[in-house]
Amino acid sequence: MVENIKKSSIIAVWFIFLSFPLVVLRVDYIDKTIDYRWHNILWIGIGAFFISWVWRYFLKRKNESDKSSEGKNQGTSASTSRFQVQKIFEHKFALLGILIAAAIVPQFMSTYQTSIFITAMMYVVLGLGLNIVVGMAGLLDLGYVAFYAVGAYTYGLLNLHFGLGFWISIPIAGVLAASFGVLLGIPVLRLRGDYLAIVTLGFGEIVRLVLENWDVVTRGPSGIPGIPKPAFFGVKLGFAGNMTYLFYIILALVVIAMVATRRLQSSRIGRSWVALREDEIACQAMGIDTTKAKLAAFGLGAFWAGIIGVFFAAKSSFVSPMSFTFFESAIILSIVVLGGMGSVLGVILAAGILILLPEYLRFMADYRLLIFGALMVVMMVFKPGGLITNIRQQYTLPKRNSKEELAELHSSET
Amino acid sequence: MAVVLKTDKITKSFGGLLALDEMTLDFREQEIVALIGPNGAGKTTFFNNITGMYTPTSGTVEIFPPNQKSVKIQGMKPNLITELGLARTFQNIRLFGNMTVIENVMVGRHCRTKSHIFGAVFQTSSFKREEKESVEKSFALLEMINMSHLAGNLAKNLSYADQRRLEIARALATDPFLLLLDEPAAGMNPQETEDLDQLIVHLRDELKITILLIEHDMKLVMKISDRIFVMNQGRLIAQGTPVEIQNNPEVIKAYLGE
Repeated sequence: MVENIKKSSIIAVWFIFLSFPLVVLRVDYIDKTIDYRWHNILWIGIGAFFISWVWRYFLKRKNESDKSSEGKNQGTSASTSRFQVQKIFEHKFALLGILIAAAIVPQFMSTYQTSIFITAMMYVVLGLGLNIVVGMAGLLDLGYVAFYAVGAYTYGLLNLHFGLGFWISIPIAGVLAASFGVLLGIPVLRLRGDYLAIVTLGFGEIVRLVLENWDVVTRGPSGIPGIPKPAFFGVKLGFAGNMTYLFYIILALVVIAMVATRRLQSSRIGRSWVALREDEIACQAMGIDTTKAKLAAFGLGAFWAGIIGVFFAAKSSFVSPMSFTFFESAIILSIVVLGGMGSVLGVILAAGILILLPEYLRFMADYRLLIFGALMVVMMVFKPGGLITNIRQQYTLPKRNSKEELAELHSSET
Repeated sequence: MAVVLKTDKITKSFGGLLALDEMTLDFREQEIVALIGPNGAGKTTFFNNITGMYTPTSGTVEIFPPNQKSVKIQGMKPNLITELGLARTFQNIRLFGNMTVIENVMVGRHCRTKSHIFGAVFQTSSFKREEKESVEKSFALLEMINMSHLAGNLAKNLSYADQRRLEIARALATDPFLLLLDEPAAGMNPQETEDLDQLIVHLRDELKITILLIEHDMKLVMKISDRIFVMNQGRLIAQGTPVEIQNNPEVIKAYLGE
């Protein structure tokens, strides 16, 4: 108790010291005097004291629960595996619920709300794409936005020069972005971890700088305006109608991306990615071509970014290099990490939080980034594995006489 | 008995250090061969050279897969060598910790299956069939090592001995004709070592696999090996049956000094 009071007091004093120039001093430029708002110190001190107390309490509780769950895992294997199966079902229903709710939502929302939700869902797909590269294959990619830019500019330029439409641009941009993904993948095959991150970061910047400076082709920093929205079977919709239509397109894309990711996850390819993440040497020793696996991950991840790039160009009807800064990559990466590496539902939840929260916190505009930052810190301290830990697919085998079967299997193969 | 793997004067040097010095030996069909020697003798380096982890500085490694033409494999990529039928385990366990037990074994099936992204996304019938076969085969292997009840657990939560046995199952999933075990009994208690010894003999007799093992547990080595190779300072100093090795003065000198 005394120990706690001492610790919290020290923290309170430290915070008072840190925030002193900001919250106490106020310079009045007109009267040329300095206001001392001493009462603010009191609030900072009390606030810091209690928050540090609560922080320590939760940290202690977390450590205790970590320890007890570790013990459980070793002992009762059967019960934990049953628990996991249940969880998968829960997730399926949760997903279905979200889907139904999402389908009805635009009918009741203003165009502004719909637009925010469209953005959030774009980030869901981007998150799912990057999730393949970072979450499953464990290749830290900080230049993911490059593929997003490739997609957006593909549509923008194809439309500008050849008048190609939205739907035809989607597969073209997807394939083109995937090729860029593979192209980037080839030189970084031997890199891992920090080194890979630096190279991909550089790649992202290169793409942005090329878009900015290659005026002849990309129109430079002024960007490409007037990119058309997709027409609904040839019918031009109004502004609100367009938004609703885009909403359903992106909803469909989210569902497709989700189903595809889930299926890939529990397939031969998905397993090879996870194996690659877990241990590259063992992965190769098990007969997996790590080159192919890595390039497939880069390519498929980029594929989704390319498609969403087209969608982004159509939604905002304007693309410029300004939209594809490192900040975008960082947000997408945050979504993957916050959601839980490799977890599909986690990505959806995290995209919701990271994109919607800043929007809805606009009424406290001055503090929203502060809250955003604090939230990230709290998350990483208390749930470093992400919001939703990825649960591995469970396999079962119908009971048969295993010994006979084993003999059969081996005789058939030799 | 037919030879399944032959090395001809393979040498490996790291800078000035000669880790392997003209190692020439061969393994025959369906035998258990042990590779022993003091620490730092180059046993694991030898493993790494024949499984493609390292490229030998000179010399050749030739394998003779059953019913196939012989292949010179020195310098090939490890995954291709595994595809040809050489599987290995690791001295410091290298399982995929965050995957389940059954998935670890299924990863071993990777090089024997073909389905790709398209098949997985659209759940084609050939994908489903292949997936089902993988699951069945993997369960069968887990049954063999008595671990099918642990199939849904994460590999990192297994006990040490179980992890070692799972590594063997994972290696077996690649359908090898030659299995290389790097210190499979390290860290096991006598009962677990006993089980392991039965498993290894079972692999040779029932699955007709040639087994090469590096091991420090001399009781185990002398009990199950058909032939033993002894290495010291990168060189092969003796070979023969367990009895011959036990009475070989060179070997005694290497282990106990003069």
